[in-house]
Amino acid sequence: MRILETQKLTRAFGGVIAVNQVDFYAEKGLITGLIGPNGAGKTTLFNNITGLDQCTSGKVVFDGHDITKLPAYKISRLGIARTFQNIRLFKELSVVENVMIGRHYKSGDPNKGRFAEALKSYFKLESSEKTIYEDSIKWLSFLELEKAADEDAKNLPYGLQRELEIARALATEPKLLFLDEPAAGMNPQETDHLMMIIRKIRDLGITIVLIEHDMKLVMNICDSITVLSYGQKIAQGTPAEIKSDPIVIEAYLGKEDEDE
Amino acid sequence: MLSFFLLILIYTGIYSLMALGQNVITGYTGMLSLCQAGFFAIGSYVTAILCVKCGWGFFATIPVAALLSAMVGVLIGLPTLRLKGDYLAIATLGLGEIIRNVINNWDSLTNGPMGIQKIPKPSFFGIEINPYSKWGYLLMVAIFVLVFYLLLKRLADSRMGRALEAIREDEIAAGSMGINVTKYKVWAFAIGAACAGVAGSLQACFSLSVTPGTYTFMVSVIVLCMVVLGGMGNFKASIVGAFIIQLISYFPQLVGISNKFPAQFKQILFGLILIVMMIYRPQGIMGRSRRSFSKTGRSCPFKFLASKVRTVFKSSKEAGR
Ligand SMILES: Nc1ncnc2c1ncn2[C@@H]1O[C@H](COP(=O)(O)OP(=O)(O)OP(=O)(O)O)[C@@H](O)[C@H]1O
Ligand SMILES: [Mg+2]
Repeated sequence: MRILETQKLTRAFGGVIAVNQVDFYAEKGLITGLIGPNGAGKTTLFNNITGLDQCTSGKVVFDGHDITKLPAYKISRLGIARTFQNIRLFKELSVVENVMIGRHYKSGDPNKGRFAEALKSYFKLESSEKTIYEDSIKWLSFLELEKAADEDAKNLPYGLQRELEIARALATEPKLLFLDEPAAGMNPQETDHLMMIIRKIRDLGITIVLIEHDMKLVMNICDSITVLSYGQKIAQGTPAEIKSDPIVIEAYLGKEDEDE
Repeated sequence: MLSFFLLILIYTGIYSLMALGQNVITGYTGMLSLCQAGFFAIGSYVTAILCVKCGWGFFATIPVAALLSAMVGVLIGLPTLRLKGDYLAIATLGLGEIIRNVINNWDSLTNGPMGIQKIPKPSFFGIEINPYSKWGYLLMVAIFVLVFYLLLKRLADSRMGRALEAIREDEIAAGSMGINVTKYKVWAFAIGAACAGVAGSLQACFSLSVTPGTYTFMVSVIVLCMVVLGGMGNFKASIVGAFIIQLISYFPQLVGISNKFPAQFKQILFGLILIVMMIYRPQGIMGRSRRSFSKTGRSCPFKFLASKVRTVFKSSKEAGR
């Protein structure tokens, strides 16, 4: 079953068509990879799906809802979480507070608006804060970050900052998680740890879409891969199919041969 | 001399309220607004008009002052909050001046540049609080500051305070966490405006008259100065900042050397303070207040007081045994 689908999604920045009539989809419960050369439009596609940027035309359907052009906070509340290519943590806040902000929506009564909840927490501060704190520590331990809970987010090493972003995104209890180059800047051990975590997240039943340049990681953990080039979807298939697809090799992998 | 010092403390209290509000807007939510003088004026005029023209009691005017300021804050906020940094500062600066100009020219309601005189003294269940007997008025102002401090502190420690800080740190990430950024920004603006409105009421009642000349752009700058000096994102620091700035600005009069200083020395000094702070201690004297999480939950003023009372009880019981 497709949990997410884009139909002819297009985003033009003036003359540059960053995403061009892309039909992208993600199967529920699987790990989908999104690859392509630099500037192919991968991040733009993510931004258009998650509401950070509005598409020029096309449609995004998530879990039966048409989420095209919804604001980011509504999309997040429907169950899509994400991390960012250039890390966007709440730097001056502590590690656990970052995750607690991720609990903003989900930690209250699901029938009430979040603002009413925030007001209620004004009167029931201790109990509501305690649950939020404990839930957040749970997500931190899921990523083995609980020891750094009281540290400032900005003081974490780079690799851990990326993992904290994942913890924060998971704290929103998403159905679908977008990871934008999660392994960028990580050393091989950290990357191995990350792969283990991504599999653990999938085992929770969360669908994952990830952009990554690290081919070892992509080919290892993805169930399906979509390839973008110059804003267009040029291929889609299993890792084995993608590895041997001549169009992909020409557009993407072939580039490395030219360099040599 | 003592009475002059009391005057400084009263002004510290009134400005503390404005600074607390500014801290919600700037310190917590990260919006550089320069509009507190406008809300201060609205609060003052609400109190003056309702007391003098409609015969209301002072305390009854306070909620109206707070509400009207907050509503104007929301009206101003909705269109301007999309702006960032300097642009927001300039827009709000202009809006503050617009409020003052409206007051200055709306003769039928505000008496224009003449202002409104003979505001009656406040009375609290029959006890008259005479602004000239400064102890009584100081006590009243201090109670207002304490109440607002406790209310805002709790707000800041709640989920809402964290949402505001998330917006300050990274709006885009905050939105992706399910936080309705615009809504919280407008609320922060309304809360900050309401604080300044209440401060305005207290000011009107203390000086027993209001004139538009009191509510210039300088007031907004001084309030911002207090917040920056004390520390952004720390309510206690705003009160400390307000005290220091008031002390500095009245210092020549306090020690009786005001004839040696030109009146403009204040402005120069505040400018210098801002520059020096920005270079050497951008986090302010006290810095941002940090939340502490322990197994029993988080420290909060009410709980802290309750636990203090409990320990005193316990120890007195044990001593009795
Ligand atoms: N806000 C913007 N304004 C104008 N052009 C943009 C904007 N954002 C992206 N682009 C352009 O859109 C194209 C796609 O950019 P995008 O960041 O989506 O690529 P990407 O596939 O994520 O690349 P990378 O692997 O380097 O992250 C690029 O040509 C980029 O210059
Ligand atoms: Mg990118």
